[in-house]
Amino acid sequence: MIRFRLLCLAGLLVIAGQARALIETYDFSSPELEARYQTLSEELRCPKCQNQNIADSNAPIAQDLRKLLHEQLEQGASDDEILDYMVARYGEFVRYRPRFGGATAILWLAPMLLLLAGIAIVVVMLRVRARATRSGAVALSAQEQARLQSLLELAEQDS
Amino acid sequence: MGSRLKLFLPLFVFALLAVFLFRGLGLDPTELPSALIDRPLPAFNLPALGQERMVTQADLVGAPSLVNVWATWCVSCRVEHPYLKQLSDSGVPIYGIDYKDDDAQALQWLEELGNPYRLTVADRAGTLGLDLGVYGAPETYLLDSAGVIRYRHVGVVDERVWRDVLEPLYLQLKNGGGAP
Repeated sequence: MIRFRLLCLAGLLVIAGQARALIETYDFSSPELEARYQTLSEELRCPKCQNQNIADSNAPIAQDLRKLLHEQLEQGASDDEILDYMVARYGEFVRYRPRFGGATAILWLAPMLLLLAGIAIVVVMLRVRARATRSGAVALSAQEQARLQSLLELAEQDS
Repeated sequence: MGSRLKLFLPLFVFALLAVFLFRGLGLDPTELPSALIDRPLPAFNLPALGQERMVTQADLVGAPSLVNVWATWCVSCRVEHPYLKQLSDSGVPIYGIDYKDDDAQALQWLEELGNPYRLTVADRAGTLGLDLGVYGAPETYLLDSAGVIRYRHVGVVDERVWRDVLEPLYLQLKNGGGAP
C-alpha cells in the first residue's frame, strides 16, 4: 500500500513538472503589474499560432513575447508604449483589438453597417407588406372573382 | 419584370460568395505582411558569427541584398540552404542572421553545407529577430541599396519564390536604384 502511494506521488510529481514547464511564471514587483501582464498577454496575439493569444500559446515566439512583456512592465512602460512597441514590429495583427483607422476601419465598421443594412431590409419589407394588405389584397375585380369561383368549383369536383 | 429578377437574387448572392470563397482558397492566412516594409533595417550591434568583431546595420547596407534569418534548429532552413548557395554563387549578396542559435553548431553547419552568406550576424538572444518582427525561421528580407526593407518572404526560398517574387523586385532595385 505504501509503495502504491509512493508511486502515485512520483507520478504526480512528474506531471507537475510538465505542467510547470508548459507556461513559465514570472515574479512581479506589484500585484497591479501582474494584473496588467495578464490583460496584455491575453490581448496580444501570437504571430506564429494565429488563433491564440500569447498567454495561451507555447510557441517559442510567444514565450519570447511574454518575457519581453514582463521586462517592459517591470521597467515601467505604459500599456500604450508596450502595444506600440509590439505593433511597430508585428503590425496591427498582433492586437486582438486593433486600433481604428486605415485597413482596420472595415473590421470595426462592418458589424455596425451589416446591422444597419439588416434593419433597413426588415423595415422595407414590413412597409411593403403593410401597403399590400391595406390596398390591393381584398378587392378582386369581377373577372378575377369569377375565375376564383370556377377554380374553387373545379377543386371541389376533383376531391 | 422586377419580381422575375428577384427570383434570381439567391443565385447572385451565391455567385458573389463563390467569388470571394474561391479567392480565399488561394490565400495563405499564415502569411503576415511585415510591419517594417519601407522602413530601414533596425539598428543593431551584434557579433559576427565566427569572427571577433561586432557588426551593425551599416555593414549590410550598400547594394540591394537578401537578409536571411536562419538557425540550425530550423528544418526548413536546411531545405532552402542549397538554393541560397546557388543564388549567392550567381552573385546575389546574401547576409545571414543566425537566430537564437548556438555558434559552434552554426559554424559546423556552414562548414558542412557551404556558406552562402557574405556575413552572418550571431543573434544569440533573438533581439534583432524581435526588432525585425521575425515569427518563424526561415524568413528572407529584401533590402534596397539604402538598407530599407522592401519585401519579406516567410518560409523557404526556392526557385519558384525567387523567380516569381523576389527576383523581379531585386532586379528593379538593382537597375532603378531608388524606389520600386
